Amino acid sequence: MFCVKLSCEVWLVIFGTLVAVLLRGCTTLHPYSGEGSPPMYGDYEAQRHWMEITTNLPITEWYKNGSENDLMYWGLDYPPLTAYHMFAAGKLAELINENYTKLHDSRGFESDEHKLFMRYTVLVVDILVYIPSLVVYFYATECQGSDKKVKPLSPPLSTILGLLYPGIILIDHGHFQYNCVSLGLAIFATVFVLKKFNIAASICFCAALNYKQMELYHSLPFFMYLLSSCVPKPGQSTTSGIIKLSKIAITVVLSFLTIWAPFLFNMDDFLVVLQRQFPLSRGVFEDKVSNFWCVLNIFYKLKLRFTNYEMMRICLFATISMVFPSSIDLFLRPSSKKFVLALINSSLAFFLFSFQVHEKTILLVAIPVILYFPQKPFVCFWFLCLSVFSMTPLLYKDGLVIATVALMIFYSTSFQVSIEHFYRNYLNASDGLAEYYRSLLHVLLNIEYKKATQLDILKLTYKEIVRNRKTLKQFAFHLFMFTSLMGSVFLSFLLLVFDPPERYPDLFPLLISAYSAVHFFGFFVYFNVQQIKIPQEFDDIRNVKLKSS
Amino acid sequence: MIFTVTCLTTCVKLLLIPAYRSTDFEVHRNWMAITHSLPLKRWYFEDRSEWTLDYPPLFAYFEYVLSFVASLFDKNMLVVENLNYESQQTLLFQRLSVIITDLVYAYGSYLCCKSIQKSWRTDVVLPILLITNCGLIMVDHIHFQYNGILYGVLLISLSYAMQAKYVLAAFWFSVLLNMKHIYMYLAPAYFVFLLRKYCLNGVSIKNNINTARSIKNFATLGAIVIGVFSFTFLPFYDHLGQVLSRMFPFKRGLCHAYWAPNFWAIYNTIDKILHLFLLKLGIVTKKSSSASMTGGLVQEFSHEVLPSVTPIVTLVLTASMMLPALIKLWSLNRHPSDFLRSIVLCALSSFLFGWHVHEKAIIMAIIPLSILSIMDVNDAKTFLLIGIVGHYSLFPLLFPSSLLFIKVMLIILYSTYALHSLSKVYPFAAHNFSLPLLNKGNGGHTQHPEPGGNRTHDPGCSGQARSYLTHLGLSEAYNEFGHKF
Repeated sequence: MFCVKLSCEVWLVIFGTLVAVLLRGCTTLHPYSGEGSPPMYGDYEAQRHWMEITTNLPITEWYKNGSENDLMYWGLDYPPLTAYHMFAAGKLAELINENYTKLHDSRGFESDEHKLFMRYTVLVVDILVYIPSLVVYFYATECQGSDKKVKPLSPPLSTILGLLYPGIILIDHGHFQYNCVSLGLAIFATVFVLKKFNIAASICFCAALNYKQMELYHSLPFFMYLLSSCVPKPGQSTTSGIIKLSKIAITVVLSFLTIWAPFLFNMDDFLVVLQRQFPLSRGVFEDKVSNFWCVLNIFYKLKLRFTNYEMMRICLFATISMVFPSSIDLFLRPSSKKFVLALINSSLAFFLFSFQVHEKTILLVAIPVILYFPQKPFVCFWFLCLSVFSMTPLLYKDGLVIATVALMIFYSTSFQVSIEHFYRNYLNASDGLAEYYRSLLHVLLNIEYKKATQLDILKLTYKEIVRNRKTLKQFAFHLFMFTSLMGSVFLSFLLLVFDPPERYPDLFPLLISAYSAVHFFGFFVYFNVQQIKIPQEFDDIRNVKLKSS
Repeated sequence: MIFTVTCLTTCVKLLLIPAYRSTDFEVHRNWMAITHSLPLKRWYFEDRSEWTLDYPPLFAYFEYVLSFVASLFDKNMLVVENLNYESQQTLLFQRLSVIITDLVYAYGSYLCCKSIQKSWRTDVVLPILLITNCGLIMVDHIHFQYNGILYGVLLISLSYAMQAKYVLAAFWFSVLLNMKHIYMYLAPAYFVFLLRKYCLNGVSIKNNINTARSIKNFATLGAIVIGVFSFTFLPFYDHLGQVLSRMFPFKRGLCHAYWAPNFWAIYNTIDKILHLFLLKLGIVTKKSSSASMTGGLVQEFSHEVLPSVTPIVTLVLTASMMLPALIKLWSLNRHPSDFLRSIVLCALSSFLFGWHVHEKAIIMAIIPLSILSIMDVNDAKTFLLIGIVGHYSLFPLLFPSSLLFIKVMLIILYSTYALHSLSKVYPFAAHNFSLPLLNKGNGGHTQHPEPGGNRTHDPGCSGQARSYLTHLGLSEAYNEFGHKF
């Protein structure tokens, strides 16, 4: 009888998830980064090489340069949890075919079976970590931030749209990386934070951070929010706050100790591992990244004027000052509605202003934006499309153009359908969004001008505009969004179809990154304003007052 | 809805572009090269490639038209000597040509949905069931063939038949026959249907047939069919025999390289077992030249113990299996669903008893069944079973291990959707649709109260079907993993 028991909404999520998994499966057929391109290959070979290193060398040698471990060839530079994961995957690989992980001999190993094996390892962790995390998030936080004026998108729709986001599918299952693990863990941490399970949240976030150090982009909001939850509210004793804080602190320290244990017996080991995580010598950005420095570099050659060390300090200063407003706001006026926004703001500030940024790092911003999707579907959709667009040069290089086009069309169509479905309930109109636009056009065109002079028309128009300011504003916004997205489509088209002029071989990637950077900066301002506009949450105080009275 | 579904399905098809493709990819490339670079007189004589042109001329014209677009992508794929040519551009063009000609299929589905009384089922359920048909995705977009456009034409014809526009139905069906002659499987049903409904359009045979009108209608039909056939075959009038011998290669043997899951597969198996048994007993000796039936080659072989089967035998068997359905169609024939049902039965009997049947031919039964499934609850049950088993029987076509995940996901998605939507279409019969394992103890042995009431209810059926489907899953698991050890 299970068909009857489950509601339509649950079925929607089941189908959405299955489709998302199918799309992931289909994307695995496409090429990975560095397929058949010796001597360095790409990220795929990096992950395979880590399996080789971790399964063949003793644990303390993993991060050390040596005769058996050439760090110049894809040396391990992720935190220990990734290394453990690679160790487990490597052991499995050894079982299947020992050639996959033979020390030295397996360098650049490529075969159809191996590709299949690697693809399955990503697919499994994606299905186990990332997909459940999104489902849990949207169902757990259903009532979160539901404004009375604007109904947020329903959990099934946001879940499906989140799962269909092409960026992570393309990078993890096309380009080849394991982002879904750290991002999934971070989402679980977010769920726990919002549900006030501080200990579980700390454990999850520590795990995420120890899987990929890039999670540092999200660390400030977590830190600030957990800290502010320990600050005693009026009517609470100071000791309870201290106990809360020490609980969290002990959890964090213990999780770090557990994960880093093998490297703690020797100070040298520890320092080596730590240094590998932060390769400061690699310069302010690689390739073309859609951030502030890359755009500034067009007009003002940074690398010629500053040494690497100076640049690092400038970046540090810039990042801190940009993260400052949202973090301080989160700490002083904490609210669960703000938390996801603070995650966006912090990661976006890091992406735009910090040192050594990759274009793939935009995924760290995209995840909190996906989480914020129900509140502002249009803005978030716009951002997510542009985030994929900002990675176009990379995807183009990897031969993932067809996959990108297919997944983007799939995503946009699903978005359009969901929004239409959503507005149908929201506006109570049969045609949904179409009806909304039609009435808008009707209002705009329905100006009597038979006997009117030019001035009357102007007056009437003005009156109409004033009366329908809100609708008009929305219309203008949608028009602007559409133009901007069309612009990005046009630029990608240029990149795909035309050869760049000889004098500027990097012209199109540069245009793309500048175009996206400008947008990202706009989004940065917008999300900051959104965050600061939300007032402080007084739940705790009100509860205390109710109890005392 | 239909537009959205088409758009989303197209995206999945685009994602499948780099997937494995069978020799049919080269077959179609070769045909394109033949039609493009050789004069029409040579099309059916050309044999430099082993994949000679064996579709009717209308399909050859279709390839000819395609070849002009192909020349914009890569001219080298149009050279006959370039056997097994496979550049990136060729791949892209060939895959895209299938994806784009699939729009005909989408249009056919649209017409079909329009010709049934409008309701939620024709707005949502039927378009999804038709357009996302996972068998077509597997055969066309992975294995590589142009079935989309062919089934599109079939759907157009069926929709006209349902709207009682018999002339158009006949026209499109003859077009279809001239594109791929395998649709002859359905011809008997069409013949009886058109004869009864259009030519002898009386209340009953016995009283007052309007003779003049009957003759006029018969002439119209004849003119249309002959017109279409002469358009395709007239240019080949001086070597029709060659064309026909290419189209009907009876030398290819009873079964296709991969056995279709039909009667002859059982027949062959029994033959093998008997042969082994007799070998053990020492009654017969092993022939040195006995060809392997499962070797994957297209060839003739003779049975060892059981009498060998000739084309005539299969023809007679098939015809006799079709006969009841056709008689029923002649006498019943009130509702469009009667016609659809006889189409399904014709397709199934040809599939089960025909000569050299491909496993892909099961789609010919599944697609009309999916239209029927939203009309009648019993057809829905049949559709669920044949849909799942039929699509599963296509699995051997996609043998590379990289496709295992995708084909399993495709069939799971399609079957769950079919199950879910049909149980919503027939809510009172919902407990009769069930997936194996998921609802133990229901349906099989316990009777349920039925609000609907007036249907015949067979509680044992769903239990058997369930255990049957469970075994399906187990046998696939054995195929993939167990067989290696």
